Amino acid sequence: MSNKAAPYASPYLAGVGIGVVLLLAFVLMGRGLGASGAFSSVVAAAVNTTAPTHAAGNAFYAGYLSDGATNPLKDWLVLEIIGVLIGGLASGLLAGRMRWTTERGIGITDRRRLVNAFVGGTAMGVGAKLARGCTSGLGLTGGATLSVGSWLFIIAAFVGAYAAAPLVRRAWR
Amino acid sequence: MMAPLYEFGRFGDGTGLLIAVVLGIAFGWFLEQGGMGNARKLAGQFYFTDLSVLKLMFSAIVTAMLGLFWLSWAGLLDLSRVYVPETFIAPQLVGGLVFGVGFATGGLCPGTSCVAAATGRKDGLALIAGMFAGVFLFGEIFPAVGHFADSTARGAWTLPQALGLSYGTVVGVIVAVALGAFAGAEWLERRAERPARRMKIAA
Repeated sequence: MSNKAAPYASPYLAGVGIGVVLLLAFVLMGRGLGASGAFSSVVAAAVNTTAPTHAAGNAFYAGYLSDGATNPLKDWLVLEIIGVLIGGLASGLLAGRMRWTTERGIGITDRRRLVNAFVGGTAMGVGAKLARGCTSGLGLTGGATLSVGSWLFIIAAFVGAYAAAPLVRRAWR
Repeated sequence: MMAPLYEFGRFGDGTGLLIAVVLGIAFGWFLEQGGMGNARKLAGQFYFTDLSVLKLMFSAIVTAMLGLFWLSWAGLLDLSRVYVPETFIAPQLVGGLVFGVGFATGGLCPGTSCVAAATGRKDGLALIAGMFAGVFLFGEIFPAVGHFADSTARGAWTLPQALGLSYGTVVGVIVAVALGAFAGAEWLERRAERPARRMKIAA
């Protein structure tokens, strides 16, 4: 682990890079990128392992379990997210940006920050499943394919975030 | 050769899954390069101090959107075979609001939390745990909320259809909005920097 972290790339350049990756997904696969769908596959597989009848009787889990013959963890998005973990790690390693730390403002403790992250993640899990996607699957994929629902989701997400931001301001100072 | 290649049977499922890993690696790489593995940087978006989220998202959308537009215009890609996320008006508005509140509170989104965790950020791991809890919670309440989640369905409904405008016009409008947003973001960041610099001099 290097102590000297390289500065981040321009968000415009990183964005164009992600745009090219997204375009490649369209050209090669006819589908876009995503993230929250991978979480759903893992949760559905876990529920199916521990309580198979419960999972089979629930339309949400069943939707991620297909016919039972195939493993839902072989899902396209699960493999894509495994790739994201590898790519993020490689970039962080090469840029000297690996840190075993908690990113937070000075106004709160590490513990409080981790609670906030968990609570925020829980809200995003519910919101993303209600909307059928997140900032990747709806935001990027739906944004580029001009899906009406995706653009409504993006606008609603930013409205929600800006409405909540003053309430959690202390966490980021 | 016509795209999407997988849709036209140019390769099979195994190759498709390999492509998922490779594209994922590139996706994660660019997210980390752009600083999206750092929750403090992301949160700057919501206080108008660092608008990297907006710049990165809009750059990515515009790049892929223009690529799709030109490839289909050149007859190299069949747009009808490209997946368009389906519209469910009410659940996507409500889900978006809930998601946004979580975004500001957690400081990362589902994809970026993976990059944060991969680079050692404990808050990224906590957010991933929260995502699992949230998806499980949704699954458990699905019998009660499923009816709402499936309501106001409009299928693969696109902005050109909804607005009664041509594909090219909508693409042009989004490019113009993105360029305006970039100019606004640069202005906001310059404004946010000014008082900080003055304080440093005073100190």
